[in-house]
Formats: sequence, C-alpha cells, structure tokens
Amino acid sequence: MAMGSITRRSLLGMMGVSALSLAACGGGSSEGSSDAASAGAAAAAGESVKIEMITDTGGVNDQSFNQLAWAGLQKLQEDEGWEVSYLESKQDSDYMTNLDKAVDDECTLVWGIGFAMSEAINTVADQNPDVQFASIEGTNENDAENLTGVGFKSEEPSFVVGYIAACMSEKGKVGFIGGMESETIQAFENGYYAGVEYANKKKGKSVTYQGQYAESFTDAAKGKSIAQKMIKDGCDVMFHAAGGAGVGMLEACNDAKVYSIGVDQDQAALFPDYDTIITSALKRVDNAVITVSKGLIDGSMTGGQNMTLGAAEDAVGLAETHDKLPDDVYQEALALFDDIKSGDIVVPATKADLEEYIKSL
Amino acid sequence: MEVSPQYAVQMHGITKRFGAFTALDEVDLDVRKQTVHAILGENGAGKTTLMNILYGLYQADEGGIFMNGQQVNIANPNDAIQLGIGMVHQHFMLIENFTVTENIILGDEVCGAAGVLDMRKAREEVMALVNEYGFDVDPDARIEDITVGMQQRVEILKALYRGAEVLILDEPTAVLTPQEIDKLIEIMHDLISKGKTIIIITHKLREIMQSADECSIIRRGVYMGTVDVKQSSETELASKMVGRNVNLTVEKTPAHPEDVMLSIRGLTVKDERGIEQVRNLDLDVHAGEIVGIAGIDGNGQQELVDAICSLVKATSGTICIAGQEIQNTNPRNVLNHSVAVIPSDRHRWGLVLPMMVEENTVLERHGEDLFGKGIMLDYDKLHDFTSKLIERYDIRPAGCEEERMSGLSGGNQQKAIIARQVSYVPDLLIAFQPTRGLDVGAIEAVHKTLIGERDRGAAILLISFELDEVMDVSDTIAVIYHGQIVGTFAQGTVDENQLGLLMAGGEAQ
Amino acid sequence: MKQFEKFLRSRFAAALLAVLVGFIVSAIVLAIAGYNPIQAFAALFKGAFGRPKYVANTIIKATPILLTGVSVAFAFKTGLFNIGAEGQYIVGTVLATIVGVKLNLPMPVQIPVVLLSGIVGGAALGSFVGWLKAKFGIHEVITSIMCNWIAFYLCNYVVMSDTFHKPNSSSALAVNPSSYTMILGTWKKSAAGKEFLAGVPWLREVLLKTDLNAGFIIAIIVAILASIVLTRTKLGYELRAVGFNRDAARFSGISVERNIVLSMLISGGICGLAGALSITGTSPHTITLLAAMESYGFNGMSVAFIAACSPLGCIPSSILFSALIYGGMSVQQVMGAPSDIINIMIGTIVFVTALPGIAPLLADMVAKKRRAEENVRVSKDGTPLPEKEA
Repeated sequence: MAMGSITRRSLLGMMGVSALSLAACGGGSSEGSSDAASAGAAAAAGESVKIEMITDTGGVNDQSFNQLAWAGLQKLQEDEGWEVSYLESKQDSDYMTNLDKAVDDECTLVWGIGFAMSEAINTVADQNPDVQFASIEGTNENDAENLTGVGFKSEEPSFVVGYIAACMSEKGKVGFIGGMESETIQAFENGYYAGVEYANKKKGKSVTYQGQYAESFTDAAKGKSIAQKMIKDGCDVMFHAAGGAGVGMLEACNDAKVYSIGVDQDQAALFPDYDTIITSALKRVDNAVITVSKGLIDGSMTGGQNMTLGAAEDAVGLAETHDKLPDDVYQEALALFDDIKSGDIVVPATKADLEEYIKSL
Repeated sequence: MEVSPQYAVQMHGITKRFGAFTALDEVDLDVRKQTVHAILGENGAGKTTLMNILYGLYQADEGGIFMNGQQVNIANPNDAIQLGIGMVHQHFMLIENFTVTENIILGDEVCGAAGVLDMRKAREEVMALVNEYGFDVDPDARIEDITVGMQQRVEILKALYRGAEVLILDEPTAVLTPQEIDKLIEIMHDLISKGKTIIIITHKLREIMQSADECSIIRRGVYMGTVDVKQSSETELASKMVGRNVNLTVEKTPAHPEDVMLSIRGLTVKDERGIEQVRNLDLDVHAGEIVGIAGIDGNGQQELVDAICSLVKATSGTICIAGQEIQNTNPRNVLNHSVAVIPSDRHRWGLVLPMMVEENTVLERHGEDLFGKGIMLDYDKLHDFTSKLIERYDIRPAGCEEERMSGLSGGNQQKAIIARQVSYVPDLLIAFQPTRGLDVGAIEAVHKTLIGERDRGAAILLISFELDEVMDVSDTIAVIYHGQIVGTFAQGTVDENQLGLLMAGGEAQ
Repeated sequence: MKQFEKFLRSRFAAALLAVLVGFIVSAIVLAIAGYNPIQAFAALFKGAFGRPKYVANTIIKATPILLTGVSVAFAFKTGLFNIGAEGQYIVGTVLATIVGVKLNLPMPVQIPVVLLSGIVGGAALGSFVGWLKAKFGIHEVITSIMCNWIAFYLCNYVVMSDTFHKPNSSSALAVNPSSYTMILGTWKKSAAGKEFLAGVPWLREVLLKTDLNAGFIIAIIVAILASIVLTRTKLGYELRAVGFNRDAARFSGISVERNIVLSMLISGGICGLAGALSITGTSPHTITLLAAMESYGFNGMSVAFIAACSPLGCIPSSILFSALIYGGMSVQQVMGAPSDIINIMIGTIVFVTALPGIAPLLADMVAKKRRAEENVRVSKDGTPLPEKEA
C-alpha cells in the first residue's frame, strides 16, 4: 500500500509542477482583493480560525505529502491554537464533495493536497468566493481571487544533492533517471547537473554526468534496468525523479552497493531495506503549509496567486537521515541552502539557464 | 414402556416440528441391547429425523431419551459420541483423497508428545479393529480407490473407533450391490455377537427379514408399533408401513411390441480416462415393450445412458431414435426426439435442489410456450401444472409447489422426477435406477407408471442394479457385462441364477 | 416468543439485525478508542443525510456500487463469483471516455451511445472470463482477478496515451458535454436557471453543489430488471439452474457453456454501465491515472452480500454502504478521531452485516431457551405435557 501511494504521490507531483513553474516564471499574480483580505481580517478581529485539509486518495497516512501537510496543520494548531481537521478522499470523485463539506464546516481556509485535486479545487473555489482555498501542487487556473496554488522549486534541493553526488563519487561519474520528460522533471535534472558542475568547480573534480528518462513514472522494472546499465557504465551515485520507476533505481543501487539519492521524501527512512540511500531531496510540504496558512490568515499574503516555494521559504531541504554521509559533506550541503537563500547561488531550472550557469562558473 | 437398563436406547414421546409441519408426533422407540432393531417407514415418514435426534443433529421439541435406563441429554453429535452412539449416514462423510486410516482417526487423532500425529500408532489401532471385526479393509488404501461397500465399512470402523456401542445405520443398503448387502448383514450379526446394538433405518423389507430382530414402524411421523420380525411377514410389514395392502408382485398384461424405437449398433464409449466402458454394444427397444438391463454397477450402464443422452461422445457406433441417428449431438436434440430420462443420481442429474418444486417439474420444458410467452416464465402456469403432478403422483407434502426441492424427502424427489419425465409423454422413456431409495409403496407406484407408459405405446428402457426389479417389470431382459450385452431373454424364460451368472461374467447354460 | 423466533428467521430481520450488531460492535470499538459513539454516529448520520445536498451526494455515490452490487449478486445467483466487477467497471469508464471524447453527437444520441460503449466494454471483459470458464474450465475468480489488472493498466495506458491525455494533468480529456447525464445539467448553469434556483435554496444547493444525475434512477431500473430476469424469465431460470446444478442443467438440455458466458456478459455489462454512468454523471467526467484499485467493484461485493445477493436488496444496501463511507468522512471532521478508527468502524459494520446467519443464530438461542423450559416440564413426570395454550 505504501508503495502505491508513494508512487502516485511522486508521479503526480512531478507532472503538476510543470504548470506551476511556468506560472512562477511569469511571476506571481500581485492582484489583491477584498475577498482575499477577508481571511486576514477574520484573524485580526480575533475570530476563531479553522483550517481543514482534503487529502488525495493516498489518505492521511501516506508517508508523503498528505502526511506532511497534516503535520504542518497540527503544528499550526499547537503554535497558534487554530482549529484544524482533515477529510480523506477515497476516490477521485470524493474531491468535490469533500471540498464542499469543508466549506460547509465554515472554514477560514481549505487546503487541497495534491495535483490530482487541481480541477476540483478550482471549481469549488469558483462556487464559494467567500472561502479561501490553497492547493499543494495545484494551480489557480482561472485567476480566482480566493485560491492559492503552491508549488516547489525542485531544482534547488536537486542542486544540493547534485553537489553531494559529485562529492561522494569515487569513479567520477554520477547518474540521473527521470520519469517522463517534461519541464518539471527537467528542473530536477538541470538543478542536479548544475550541482555537479558546481562541485567540480569548487573541489577541482571532474565528475561527469549521465541522465536518462524511463518514459514511465510507474515501471520499477524499467527504472531498475536503466540504473543497472548506468552502474555498468561506471556511475556510482544515482539520483532520480521518476516516482515508482525510481524505486527500481533505488533497488538496483542497493543490489550493486552504489550510492543512491531519494526524492520528495526521506526515502532512506521509507525504504529501510535499501541501505545505500545517502540522502534525499525533499519537498517540505509541512513548512509550505505553515508558511502559506500563516501568510493568508494574517494578511501578509493575498489569495489568488500561484507561488513556487523554495529554500527561501524552507519549503525544500535535505532528508533528516544522513548517517551514511560524511559530516563535512553534509555541513557543506546545508551551507549551500544558505547560499541559495541569500541569492548567492541562483539555481537554473531550464536548459537555457543551465547552459548559462555552467558558462558562468 | 418402562425405562429399564435392558434397553440400550429408549426414546419416549419424541415430537419434532419444522415450522407448521410435524415431522414426528410422540414417537416411541425401545431398542433392546445386542439386537438389530429396524426402523421401517415410507420415504419422509420421519425415520431419519428420529435418528438425527438420537445423534444430536436435531433437538426434539418434546420427549426424553434414555440409555441403559438413564435419562441422557444429547445436544450435539459430540454428546452422542461420548455416550457411545455412532452413526453411518446414507451419504458417506469421508474425505476422498485421505487413506482409510486417516479417515478413521479424523477428529480423534492419536497424538504423541507435543501434539505430533502418531500415524504408526494410529495405523496399528486401526489394524487391531479391522482384525477384531474381520473387516476386509486395507488401512492404507485411499477412499477414492475402494468400493462403496468398503467405504461403508470404513464408516462403521470410524464409529467403532470412537467407542460406539450403539450403531445407527441410515439406509445402509441403498448403495450396495447384492453381494455387498450379504456381507453387510454378516457384519451386522457379527457386531451383535460382540456386544454391540444396531439400529438400521430402511424400507427394504427383505433386508429387515434377513437381519433384524425387532422392527418399529413409523407412518407419517406417527409411531405404529413394534413387531417381532420372526413372527411377521413381508406383507404384514408392508401394509403396516403404508397403511393399506401392498401388492408386492408386479401385475401386468403381456406386451404388444411394435416398431423399433431405440436402436443401438456397435456402440463404443470411453470414459474420461480413455478406458472403453461400452464395447460394441447392440440393443433394440420396441415401442410398447419394456427392455430391462440387468447388471452389476460399473459395467457400462452409466456410459450407455450418457451416450444416448449425448452427454458423452461415442467413439463409434450409431444410436437411432425412430430411425434417426442422434449420437454425438447434444442433450437438447435428444430430448427433442421425444426421449425422457429418469437419471440414476437424482441429486446430480435430475434436480436443482435449491430451486422450487414447481421450477424443477418443468426443467427441460421451461422453454415451451405452455409456460409463458416469449422470454417470460409464467409462474402461475408452473404452479398449476405442478399442482396437477403433485396430486396425480402423490408427491408429499401436498402443497409443496413453492417449497425448495431440497426440502422434500428422497422418495418424493424421485416421484417428482418421474412425474416430470412422464409428463412429456415420451416415445422413449429411459429409467435408470428409478426406484433407488424408494419404499415399497413408492416402488409399486413407479412400476405401475412404467407399465402404464408401455401400455400407452412408449418404448421403455429400464436399467437397474436390482435384479428382482428387472425380472419383475421387463418384457425383455438383457444382461450387460463389461460394456456388452451378453444375453437377451424374454420374461419368464430365464431364472435368477442364470442371470446372476451372466452378470458376473459367467457363461449362460 | 414463537412469533419473535419466526421473525428472526426472516431475511429482512437478518439484514436489519446484522446492521444493528455492526453498529453496536463498532460503538464498543469507538468507546475503547476514547470517542463517544453516540456523537460519532450522529456525525455520521448528519454527514450522510444532514443537508439536502448530502442526501444527493449519498445517492450519487451509491449509484456505482448499486450497479456493481447488482452485477455481483446477479452472477452469484447464477453460481458465479464475479470478483472482476472492479475491472469491468474500469473498462466501462475507459470505453465511455474514449467514445465520449471522440464522438460529439446530439445529446439524445450521444448519451445512449456513450453508456452503451461502457456496457459493451464491461460485457466484453465479463464474457471473456465466462468464456474461459466455459471453454477451459478455468475458475472465474482467478481469471477475473487477472482481468482486473489488465483493466487497471489499460486505463492508465489510455490516460497517458497521446490521443487522450490531458496535458499537464493526471487525467484523460473529459468527455464532450453532450454526454453529461446530470439532471438539468445545462439549465442549472444558465442565467434563467440560476435566477430560478436563487429562490429555492435547497434545490439550488442540490443542483449546483452536487453532480445530481440520472444514474441512480437508471441503476434502480437495472436492479429491478435484473431481479425480473432472474426470477421471472426463462433466461433467468436457465441461468439459475446452471448455477445451482450444472450437471442437471446439462442433462436437461440447457447449454451450460452458453449460460455461463451469458451470465458473465450480463454481469460485466452492468459493471460497465456503472463505469459509464460515473463518467457521464460526475465530474471530472473522465478517467484519471490509477495508483490503486478504486474499489467500486469490491464495495459492490460488500453491497451484494449485505443484500444476501438479492438485486432489489442491493438498493437499500448500496445506500447504507454509501452513507457509511460518505458520512464516515464527517466523523473525522467533526470529532477529530483518526481516520483509522472511522475505517475500523465502517469495516466492522460491513463485516458484521455481511456475516450470514446472525439472526438465525439468535433464533436458535430463543428456540433453545423455549425448549429448555418445556423440557423441564417433560422430565418431571417422564411424559410430555400438552403444549401451552397459545
């Protein structure tokens, strides 16, 4: 079961962000509105705040985005005393009805978790202009003033793990497996590649990079065979953004005893049997939920945007598990996030930016 | 009767109701120790119900059970086994692919230390039992490989293994060949001499005369009294059971055979394992005559009937109905040639037990417009049709049209099949073991029906393992052995000994 | 006492009692976990029936499982265990989507064509399973489980195919609006409709906030038809005869093979219709990438067995099941109980409800008690006493 939901989570996420990245390029909408301000006003007036989230079909214990989002809400309950709750969706057709139920519950803010809910949350937001909505990995498609789309800058943690990969490689070759080729997945790849080049530059190494797409987010066997091929070619650190196909890569690396790097969640913790996972490039959905909830409720953010969050918002990061990583590498990696935050490093997301970046090194 | 230790079992004032239906009404039973006590009654009279109460399968609504002069409470079969009661059901409850020993110890396994099954010890114990009672049973044989008679002996051994002092045998001879019946009677007498008490449920008068000491008679749930078998006769028992005088001999006029209705030439049929069961068989049945096929079970009778019905493929040969070849077509085509079949195994071939009686009586004919136009089935018409059959063929209980077929007793189920098949007004009626499991009253009715159909002009093919039946009813007697007809005789021109010899593969004199 | 015993033996009582016991057991579970069961059940009831639109949603969500339930019940009554309802449902959604996307006919033609394509899809998969059983004797449970996965991956293949994939989404293209079966679908969004509905708040809520569609009515008709076919037609008669006793049916000239295929064809067709109705009746009006089985077929099995495999019984049973699932979501929302507890609660109710013979068991207990009283009277003087005056 866990496998299934992970597979799905990663996969949907990856497909979803492409739309968001585009939106991010154009910059978030800056239009404010009276409706958007109403949430903030409610908080200011001291009215009780109630936040509900709707899980996707993975359920609240999916060891993934739903669970992280719920952890974020629970933290808000602890810190701010806000009332929080969730509704689980069992089938795709539950999205609409669950969102609607949350509206009936007179919530201040309704979270929809997961890209699959994007269409439903746009519809419901349109039907209920007086309620604030926010969507993890969903997009505000119709410029609704009460819906916030939240995506992640996946190139940033990819950059950091690319740096780690280059540092850890002994044979001087690192690999990447993508799911299906799209801008979203390219952001992972480009960030990762940039990280490798950055390490080469910094440490005077000459680690080479090899990447391939599995043409599937679910085919673990295919991911495994590609990984095996790459390992044969000499790759000894592998990173993936390929959902279930990537799990095949993790397995191949474990079999060949070469290092691998997980994605989205702390995959070392998720797959304790695979003991060569050195780190994972994380999306901190919990932090994103906290940041955006607070922002929308205290009025510092206005609804109606599509935003992509990154290191600056602590919305991406490295996995907690780092026992297989030398301490100095881990510390350097954490320091990279600070450089990204401060703007010293601007991680390229697109191919063009990547070429530019490599030239600039 | 007084409660006394000289009786192994006493059941007093037993009443059992199923809904509004009273199956047993204050029935008494007193079984002396070390005797064979027969319980005689028509199909559905309540014999088996009474024994199921004794064995704890049912609870009596009223009445008490006493063993050796003590009142006992039997809530379930475990209680019964504890009290030394063993029951051998009509349908054996053995696991086919277990060995004899495994079946006997099942539920009462011999265990060594730590609960490990001690098969060697179990086998020794079983062997000891086999030797003690002189049973001809191989403890290592698989149930599926041994004959029905042996399976029955395994069931008896199973009861003895659990320490049974009182053995209930439910219709023990229904599935046995004549030789096996003789063997069983021998075993029963032997068990009595070793101190056991036997209760036997049956409606076969001759076996009661041969084996039983006393006989209690139940008619429609009412106790009719107990008779000393030695002081009684078959005729007396029969009339007591049925409540009227029963004619035990078949009365019929000479046959008037006409054209050939069924003609089989050179028929060869293989079974599933590829073994020839019917070998180059020739047979003719004329309209207006009854041809009876005598033979021991397993000599190709089943395959012959299956081939006629097109249920199995004939390897070679022809089967003609009124001149038209029908072999290797399909059952529907055969039925369309006005052939009706009373199958040997009514539960397997004849009835759909979970369906209603009125649905069963039109099986095969449900497609006719008579029972509804177009795609619809008109249940009112089914009901009326069935009511007539119930009345005409005395299927009990009356008004059972909408009961499930499984609720009827075996004999009444058989009556329903015969009523259905005869209602087709067939040109050829094949009756395979038509009186299996029936009581004398019902047998008489079946025989009358067959003869009536013959007199109407139908051709009748009677296949029976009961030699008496074949000899009494048939106009022409054919003997089947090893898949071939080894002799054909007109009725009255051959005696039991000659037929018996042929049936066993001997030469006719 | 006797009448009570008789009532307990009736089928209706069996279902009613099982539901009751289910609630009692789950109340105990809830209480042990530290949640007030009364509050939980109140939340459940309110969540399922508390507002007109909730009632509408309960009914909408009951539609597919009513049909898959009828499908399972129908097959079961003919001696087949259609565990493949899930796959047949999925194929129904896939074919309906394909046809609904590719064709854009006038509504009165489009809707029947789309529904029919779903039926054909489910029926094809069902009859394939039936054919394998009839021809080669492969048990339908094995083949239909395999077919479930074939359908599952077929769905994902179609979703991801170039022709049908909706860019930047996890779903296929939505079917053309001419396929929609929502009640007053276009009118309710028109200016006139909106104006009218503004004056009738409950209707506005039901129509605008839910995908109230014709599905449930069609499903009820199918349930009635299935019941008629089974109990009142020659076809149903043959199907049941084959189901109960294959040998006797063959002996009676009924084609066993043909009827097995036919039964699975009908059963599969009903599931396919369920899938097609989901596509035409509820948003997002398309198929999405499946990560796990959506359980429409498996829930249908629960629905069928609660209803003792009576097609008509599936109607209340599907509403019960739908209310449990849909209303159950609210229990979490209101009480903050972890969803696992809610799932245990639903599971317990379904489990106990589906247990056969709880009521007969009670009837036996009543009978035993009565007998015990009477036995005392018998044994005192050794002879049975006449029955008590009624």
